[in-house]
Amino acid sequence: MAAARVVREPSPASRITGVAGIVLALLAYWLTLPPVAATSLVLPIVLGAVSIGLGAYTAVDGRRRLGWGAISAGGLAILLGALAVHAGRGNLDSAVVWGPLFASMFVYATPLTYAALGGLFSERSGVVNIGLEGMMLTGCFFGIWGAEQTGHWYLGMLIAMGAGGLLALIYGFFAIHLRADQIVGGTAINFLALGITGYLFIDIYGSTGTPDMSNAESVPNISISNANGFFPQAFGDLNLLVWISFALLILTYLFVFRTPWGLRLRAVGEHPRAADTVGISVFGVRYAAVTFSGMLSAMGGAFLSIGFVHSFNQNMTEGRGFIALAALIFGKWRPGGAFAAALLFGFSSALAQRLGSIPNWATYAVLFQALPYVLTLVAVAGVIGRSIPPAADGEPYQKQ
Amino acid sequence: MSEQQFEEPPRAPTGGDYAPSVAERLALYQRAGGFVTPLVTAIIAFFIGGLVVLASGSNPLSTYRAIFNGTGLNWFFPWISSADRTLAALNLQQTLLLTTPLILCGLAVAFAFRCGMFNIGGQGQYAVGSIMAVWVASAFVGMNGPLHIVLTIVVASVCGALWAGIAGLLKATVGAHEVISTIMLNWIAYWIGSWVFALGGPLQSHANGGSVPVSHDIQPNTHLHVFWGNPVLQGLHIGFFVAIAALVVYWITLNRTTLGYQVRAVGFNPEAARYGGMSVARNYVVAMAIAGGFAGLAGAIDVLGWEFRLNVNDIQVSQIGFIAIAVALLGRNTAVGVFFSALLFGALLNGTSTRHLDPSVFRPDLAGNLTLIIQGLVVLFVGADVLVLWLWSQRRKLRLARADANTAVTS
Repeated sequence: MAAARVVREPSPASRITGVAGIVLALLAYWLTLPPVAATSLVLPIVLGAVSIGLGAYTAVDGRRRLGWGAISAGGLAILLGALAVHAGRGNLDSAVVWGPLFASMFVYATPLTYAALGGLFSERSGVVNIGLEGMMLTGCFFGIWGAEQTGHWYLGMLIAMGAGGLLALIYGFFAIHLRADQIVGGTAINFLALGITGYLFIDIYGSTGTPDMSNAESVPNISISNANGFFPQAFGDLNLLVWISFALLILTYLFVFRTPWGLRLRAVGEHPRAADTVGISVFGVRYAAVTFSGMLSAMGGAFLSIGFVHSFNQNMTEGRGFIALAALIFGKWRPGGAFAAALLFGFSSALAQRLGSIPNWATYAVLFQALPYVLTLVAVAGVIGRSIPPAADGEPYQKQ
Repeated sequence: MSEQQFEEPPRAPTGGDYAPSVAERLALYQRAGGFVTPLVTAIIAFFIGGLVVLASGSNPLSTYRAIFNGTGLNWFFPWISSADRTLAALNLQQTLLLTTPLILCGLAVAFAFRCGMFNIGGQGQYAVGSIMAVWVASAFVGMNGPLHIVLTIVVASVCGALWAGIAGLLKATVGAHEVISTIMLNWIAYWIGSWVFALGGPLQSHANGGSVPVSHDIQPNTHLHVFWGNPVLQGLHIGFFVAIAALVVYWITLNRTTLGYQVRAVGFNPEAARYGGMSVARNYVVAMAIAGGFAGLAGAIDVLGWEFRLNVNDIQVSQIGFIAIAVALLGRNTAVGVFFSALLFGALLNGTSTRHLDPSVFRPDLAGNLTLIIQGLVVLFVGADVLVLWLWSQRRKLRLARADANTAVTS
């Protein structure tokens, strides 16, 4: 099978065709969506078909990644064009307003960013963290409980981080010291968090739900501008935690890839035996990483409860921890990639929410929610570049 | 590595008749560890659950007794009064009703485990199975009843198998980790289910003016026969025997067929299996598909047995496939173990439900979460059976040391 394929360099022309295919698809998006919104099906179909053709040529020529990228971009252009025509100009203009859409994207992406960056620390140290969802949910509950008890959102935040870190520490003990299967342990953490938060919620607040929150108890927005226009609308009134998540992204990148501690973290995740040999405490690094991942996930959860929704209900994360895990994988275990994936998934949530306002579209908006999972499935399938985890991810380490 | 590799140094026979071979000792050890570990695990989990109850100001013993009475398991006690027995029978029917899908989904997780894969996707496969079942069973008006039932079950199982097969195929072809792909497939199934029965969705019923997000009712002649209890009050249907039969099929397939031998060989050591001439990739796909078939079957049985229609909420709150992970782990992926742990979790779910727990003893909405906590603890401790194995080996070492001391004295 493999022997029959002639191994040769892809021609330079195919790079140009591939890029051209993607550019044409982008042009189709621009024409389809507001503010241009040419409500005709002809343009997107023609442009999409051309970019699929160019992509196919590129893929056949050997540049599989670029080629498949162009093909899927072209397919998306046709789909988008059809949907846009179906929706009609007026509905589209009311639903797709870029400024608010971006602001809403940041809101939806922020919890994912925190949890995904948390997961990055854990997995880079070689501990798979399926329990992100549970740690996030713990943050949700303890954030609102702490804020309500102390009257200050930042104390609520700290309590949430403490609770998330504690849960992660328990997980760490089982995963690191007892060498339990990490997937099983993570699953257990999710069940436990669901049970514990649900139990405490009903025990403390009963069926009436969490009380209304005062201003001091919710995380404030940073108001820069309330003018019209894309940038003021997108960035003018974002929550403090959204800005912190941007900063955290940069800090995470610098820490993991530009400091000796980051190098140690990655060494433990790639080759623990070698790291041990040069005197790095594998257990110490892993405990720190796992605990920190729980604290970050809990921050994301606390943002949900005291920064965004301003209340708590049972299982309110609804799979966001898994989307964060998906973002981490989709972003190939890199901070920038994970953040980009979180933005993409956040955008699809924001779009789904706004499309829900178009009559008869609410049902399709529901389907939109599945998009992050489909994309991640495609990503792990390796059609558009493989996602390869750290080498020792999921393998317990035993000292000799 | 596990403690099993610790072999005692060869020693002269000490005069007793009993001189077990290494293999015998290992077998005994495995067997003992086999039921001791889950038992200890469950006891610890229930103990900690009791502490939680105590912390929130209730009496754990009376709470557990109330939960037990809600399960209907007291039906087996010969000494209870006939009035109690009537009530217990009703409760037990509900417990077994929940045990049925737990057995099947537990087998879905267990079968993949035996091939060395962790199938977290039981929930998605179950959802796909139930969506297909409600679709097929509500269509084909006027079809012969038994034939319609068989068709529904076959379609649901095949679709469950295909759904899980995606994960198996991805693992076999590109090496994608099955945990990630089954999690993703779970959520895709969740949103598909939320879409098809939602207002305006393709499978939504328009019976009530289209204002309720619910499917069509299945045809009355596709309802499974209720053999114990009142059909109107959700008696126990014959799907329970399907689950029991599935346990037998599971055991025979794994232990008495070439397919099962290969699946276990791949699960035990893929490299060795490959060296032995087996196709590891093929076994991954087949094992995953069989697992999905079990879960899809569970979906069909639930729809035909007692649900009869699905609404969006049914899809979204269902936890059967997740509890099945605990069922398979606690049951050590054996047929007998899966049966008993499915019964345990079915009883726990039923005993803590609003309908069956006496609210004057313990609040049912709290107890539902208590079930989740116990379930989480069980999974946590089962995953760490190193802990129990370690205790076990400590005990053995202690015994050997004592034996050594005795030998030294006598010689």
